[in-house]
Amino acid sequence: MRFSIYRYDPDKDQKPYMQDYDIVLEPTDKMLLDALIRIKVFDDSLSLRRSCREGVCGSDGMNINGRNGLACITPVAGLKEPVELRPLPGLPVIRDLIVDMTQFFKQYHSIKPYLINNDPPPETERLQSPEERAELDGVYECVLCACCSTACPSFWWNPDKFVGPAALLQAYRFLADSRDQATAERLDNLEDPYRLFRCHSIMNCVDTCPKGLNPTKAINKIKGMMVKRTV
Amino acid sequence: MTITKRKFDVVIVGAGGSGMRAALQLSEAGVKVAVLSKVFPTRSHTVAAQGGIAASLGNVTEDNWHWHMYDTVKGSDYLGDQDAIEFMCRQANEVVYELEHFGMPFDRLENGKIYQRPFGGQSQNFGGAQATRSCAAADRTGHALLHTLYQRNVRANTQFFNEWMGLDLIHDEQGDVLGVTALEIETGEVVALQARAVLLATGGGGRVFQASTNAFINTGDGLGMAARSGIPLEDMEFWQFHPTGVYGAGVLISEAVRGEGGYLLNKDGERFMERYAPNARDLASRDVVSRAMTTEIKEGRGCGINADHILLKLNHLDANVINMRLPGIREIAIKFAQVDPINEPIPVVPTAHYMMGGIPTNLHGQVVVPYKTGPEEVVQGLYAAGECACVSVHGANRLGTNSLLDILVFGRAVGSQIIEDLRNNPHHKPFPTSSTDKSLARLARLDSQKDGESVAQVGDVLRKTMQAHCGVFRFADMLKEGVTKISKIAERAEHTEIRDKSRVFNTARVEALELTNLAEVALATMVSAEARNESRGAHARDDFSIRDDNKWLKHTLYFSEERRLDYKPVRLKPLTVESFSPKARTY
Repeated sequence: MRFSIYRYDPDKDQKPYMQDYDIVLEPTDKMLLDALIRIKVFDDSLSLRRSCREGVCGSDGMNINGRNGLACITPVAGLKEPVELRPLPGLPVIRDLIVDMTQFFKQYHSIKPYLINNDPPPETERLQSPEERAELDGVYECVLCACCSTACPSFWWNPDKFVGPAALLQAYRFLADSRDQATAERLDNLEDPYRLFRCHSIMNCVDTCPKGLNPTKAINKIKGMMVKRTV
Repeated sequence: MTITKRKFDVVIVGAGGSGMRAALQLSEAGVKVAVLSKVFPTRSHTVAAQGGIAASLGNVTEDNWHWHMYDTVKGSDYLGDQDAIEFMCRQANEVVYELEHFGMPFDRLENGKIYQRPFGGQSQNFGGAQATRSCAAADRTGHALLHTLYQRNVRANTQFFNEWMGLDLIHDEQGDVLGVTALEIETGEVVALQARAVLLATGGGGRVFQASTNAFINTGDGLGMAARSGIPLEDMEFWQFHPTGVYGAGVLISEAVRGEGGYLLNKDGERFMERYAPNARDLASRDVVSRAMTTEIKEGRGCGINADHILLKLNHLDANVINMRLPGIREIAIKFAQVDPINEPIPVVPTAHYMMGGIPTNLHGQVVVPYKTGPEEVVQGLYAAGECACVSVHGANRLGTNSLLDILVFGRAVGSQIIEDLRNNPHHKPFPTSSTDKSLARLARLDSQKDGESVAQVGDVLRKTMQAHCGVFRFADMLKEGVTKISKIAERAEHTEIRDKSRVFNTARVEALELTNLAEVALATMVSAEARNESRGAHARDDFSIRDDNKWLKHTLYFSEERRLDYKPVRLKPLTVESFSPKARTY
């Protein structure tokens, strides 16, 4: 199988280049990550992040034939050859398929990604009905792989000002939690021409999310909450 | 060569559940803590835990910590230390409620309380009816837990050093631990981190086996660090083979599937667990189920063309139950087994999953070793928690959902212990000048190695050897041969060559360093297993098929230097209740 992979090592390369690999895969090499590990047996300098190899840790996000995804849950069988692999777009490249995610996590941290509830905690659990809990489904499962935010043109233009789909999904996760008391503060934090409103519902995030989540829907709900509190 | 030095009150190596729970305890107390992690914290392997956390909340069926303690002692095949087990089970409710207060998105019952489901080895009334003790967030409990702990640490301003790998412990001549050396992966720089307390929370080393549910990062780094500093490793012969790894892929299928009503079938469509565990059936302890599956396959009743796997049936369950309680399992089965469990059973095999052994600690997380005054003398400045530690609460076999409980209880306990110990230890001790030599020499060797084997090649042989020689059932001749083979492989691991010499994010270098840690883990396992002439929990010997409490009711201690073994007694006396004395273990 033929792969064309983005290579750049700042320690020795003046500029990035694409390197071709022709590789015979074993029958057990079912996922793209298996193929990359096979390539790495022959060329140990090929650099990428990976860990759980089952789509829950979010390490191996990359651009696969023009579309962001997780290598470990992308079957090689369906991929058009040569399989073109590039780092996630819009973030600085550290080396090969490894990007600098500082800006991405900075935005995640900016939405105060933790429950805020200033009441003294009860002796047992805070109660939450199954219906209230269901509001978090499709929201809390995010693995922070950055596939969505780095597929978003608004995030490409303004990664420092626009929070981006991944972090906005998490902003909604706390707004939607019946136990959280900081709704007003959270909305104030997003009331800004860039932070929330740079989302133009292009929906690349929805299209690309490897976990099947829908950040645009969450963003629209936040926008709805903004409107509701002004009227 | 001079290397940068940095100074903290506490250094934690590892940002999974136990490392982050401890970090939270310390940060909230205003302690200056540095948390090193090879990966961004939410990518640690705790994220992959599925089924739940054990706590006797009694939200569904009547329950109490004493019943939970009994189940854990029995599950451990009486090798667990009963003081530590009582400590853990008593604190379970508190740490789970606390996690809920932190924002953990647990599933809920109609009355708004935390959802609980049945799990293997959990009983009411000391071995009676099935208990419902596992607190769950669908089948993504580990993900929900790890993200919640990270979020809480963000709130507490914990200082993380992401993509840093711990290399070696720094200690003085008396063995007091003074810090660690670490590699900043992005720049290739080696830094000495000075600390008044070092907590190893590096997780397991399940990557020593070829078929493993574990993430690539689970290479036993903390165990390697400890072993190279003369700290023994405890009970390393005890590895849990999870009954249900996806056939061919190794990816975990949670026991929650059986907790929600799924069961195992052989090629005749027989629900064979009824023969092996008439009462608990598919919810017997994991060691029991894995042995039953292996026996079925060995006796020709496996499924598929090669009769080499078992089927996990859940398509009799309501599709809504699968979609609501087991959505992650469905996703994994579709992606990795190409079956939709709503319609078809999932092909599974027992797969290496969890390391019961580890760095010996007491129930405060202090590392304890045999020295002048007895078998459990505290090593000043060194702590361990989570899968890399051996408290021991899991003994010879861990119960499902007790690992997430372990990391919360002992992560918190070790945090509190460190805060107390820092008061008595207000100053950093001076670093010996030679303190970083060992790490620098290892890296220099790797950079200058010529004509060495590749890391991939040696790693492959190591994993295959462990799989063949130290699996679900163990045979005297295979173990003996295994010790010789692994000794040679460990030697080869010290002479690997990497072609990538870049300073920037050199993953080849990281993998070479990880391989030496895996080799320590593999050697400790094989040597300890070869010596234990009995069957107990997950250690099943063909030639010594029964448990021998007269000779073997004791913990193994393996010393890397000279590959020597020592033993210490099991702590049979609980903190406040009567001891559970060993009896025949049936389910």
